[in-house]
Amino acid sequence: MAEIAIRNVTKTYGKTTIMEGVNLDIHDGEFVVILGPSGCGKSTLLRLIAGLEEITAGEIAIGGEIVNKLEPRERGCAMVFQNYALYPHMTVAENIGYALKVAGVPKAERLARVAETAKSVGLGDFLDRKPGQLSGGQRQRVAMARAIIRSPKVFLFDEPLSNLDAKLRVQMRHEIRRIHNQIKATSVFVTHDQHEGMTLADRLVVMNKGTIEQVGTPAEIYDRPASLYVAGFIGSPAMNFLPGQYDAARRAVVLEGGAVIGMPADHQAVDGQLVQLGIRPEHVSLRAPGQGMIDARLEIVEDLGAARLWNLKIEDIPFSLITEARPHIDTGTMTGIALDLRQAHLFDGVSGKRIDARTATVAARAVPAE
Amino acid sequence: MRRAYFKFSWIAAALLAPQLLIIFVFFYWPSAQALYWAFTLEQPWGGGNTWVGLDNFRKVLSDPYYWGSVRVSVIYALATTVLAMSMALTLAIFVDRQLAGYKAYRVAIIWPYAVAAPAVGLAFQFVFNPGAGIFSYINTISPGWWDLSKYPWQAVTAIVIAGAWKQVAYSFVFFLAALQSIPRSLTEAAAMDGARPLRRMIDLQLPLLTPTFFFLLVINITDSFTDSFGIVDTLTGGGPFRATDLMVYKIYADGFRGFDYSGAAAQSIILMLLVMALTFVQFRYVEKRVHYT
Ligand SMILES: Nc1ncnc2c1ncn2[C@@H]1O[C@H](COP(=O)(O)OP(=O)(O)O)[C@@H](O)[C@H]1O
Ligand SMILES: [Mg+2]
Repeated sequence: MAEIAIRNVTKTYGKTTIMEGVNLDIHDGEFVVILGPSGCGKSTLLRLIAGLEEITAGEIAIGGEIVNKLEPRERGCAMVFQNYALYPHMTVAENIGYALKVAGVPKAERLARVAETAKSVGLGDFLDRKPGQLSGGQRQRVAMARAIIRSPKVFLFDEPLSNLDAKLRVQMRHEIRRIHNQIKATSVFVTHDQHEGMTLADRLVVMNKGTIEQVGTPAEIYDRPASLYVAGFIGSPAMNFLPGQYDAARRAVVLEGGAVIGMPADHQAVDGQLVQLGIRPEHVSLRAPGQGMIDARLEIVEDLGAARLWNLKIEDIPFSLITEARPHIDTGTMTGIALDLRQAHLFDGVSGKRIDARTATVAARAVPAE
Repeated sequence: MRRAYFKFSWIAAALLAPQLLIIFVFFYWPSAQALYWAFTLEQPWGGGNTWVGLDNFRKVLSDPYYWGSVRVSVIYALATTVLAMSMALTLAIFVDRQLAGYKAYRVAIIWPYAVAAPAVGLAFQFVFNPGAGIFSYINTISPGWWDLSKYPWQAVTAIVIAGAWKQVAYSFVFFLAALQSIPRSLTEAAAMDGARPLRRMIDLQLPLLTPTFFFLLVINITDSFTDSFGIVDTLTGGGPFRATDLMVYKIYADGFRGFDYSGAAAQSIILMLLVMALTFVQFRYVEKRVHYT
């Protein structure tokens, strides 16, 4: 069993605190993706698990054993690095078999296992090459094979696909997931690419500036983002936000421009509380001017092939929506928009925290007339 | 790499001139003089030089003292190189691993390279002088035991240590740069693969240092053939019993003390060929050695 427990972990370099009070439980055999923008501390968290960095405070346990003081080699983790970190002077076979060699596995057995592992990632014909003679995708496979061959308790991936071109990235993504489904080792995968995160993860961990914002399945995070930050980070094109004040009596959000948006359910907000109304572009539709809930000015239209992305401005706030239909509207003119409020989210205007509906059922109720 | 192309211009020529002049005055002209002297002999009663072909070389190569000098030069070159490079590598590994006090070393170790050879020799006089140096303390315990003007092996040891001390700096800088250019993630990958620090050094760092190692090997050997004059001159004067009569020193002694210009010139041509051969090896094999990406 190789569940990972991260308890109150803090990491500082000198006087700068990179990470503070991080708590996370990763279950045995789970594929967890740590997602966040560059510089938010994803790699640091991974390296703390691996033992490549020392924990300043808190503790990390792998398989129930506290590993704070253990060397990387004693933790049973294998890691795939962003730049692959292949040994340049060794052949593919030597690279893959190095861990076994260090562990003193007899040569015959080692070679057999190297050949088998190499074959499983499609490198059977390249065993005698040096890393310098391989393509990016092949190097990536060597890095994978080098991790797989050790049958580690835990796989750690630090943005392993970010150096590949888009097509290869999708292919390797599937391959990584396929290998995971086969060997079922606990995996922690770091990326800044939300598509990668959404598609690979059993559970997603969204990080921001050294703290964890939200943990959940990709669907949970997409459907119920816990904060303004998560809501804005997950989903592409990004969620729209309209600032306003909560009107408890009318159960509505009064936008800064004066428009009153009635909510389908009562929310856990007090009267007059500053809020942000969040709605994804796919949950907004076009109306004739004056016929929607709000009017907006059309700025730019982008054709995405399957759909059309409309970039609008409400007062000075950028707002986008996606339609399948392709009506013609002149840029610079006003258009009406309607929000599907059952899909809307409410966040505190100050803390950015999600504000839930008071009733558990966010049923589609008639919007109270104004 | 981007290259700039310039048309010929007088400004370019003027900018080049000082450098060319210096190279001419201090390299080509003396070399031409040496060649001239090496193949001629000054007539005993004046009247200019006469062409003697390879006679000067024959004489030098059949001189047992010359071969003695070659022998001690080779010993000196190998010993200083081995000593300097192993010291440099050890120190570079310490600094690279950032062991305690590495910042102080880093500066301290680079200084000796800035010191001229005669100054190094003089400095080591204070260490090795049997009467007044640090080593004179040995003589208070066992009188007369340490005297580099009396015992050849002590004299050789002294110039080797002084020479190595001077060369450590150069090799250290290169070794450190090479060690630091090994991506950190490689060492980390090896650590994840279960290798301990010593194992990582043997399997990873040392093999990746090979190009640097060969480069420094040639540079160090070349340097110890050519840059040892000042140390010998100040520390031992070539003695005792010609024990430290290195090739460069012998050229000077034969030429300017023995006034055998032709013999000295022939020797310097031989030394020049040796250095050229080493440089050739350097360009041909070492520079082209595997470069890891
Ligand atoms: N060795 C270090 N010394 C000081 N700061 C560091 C060090 N390593 C990382 N950091 C800082 O920690 C923060 C998080 O880095 P990292 O975990 O690499 O981010 P990510 O992988 O999410 O892009 C960054 O602001 C980075 O500058
Ligand atoms: Mg990173």
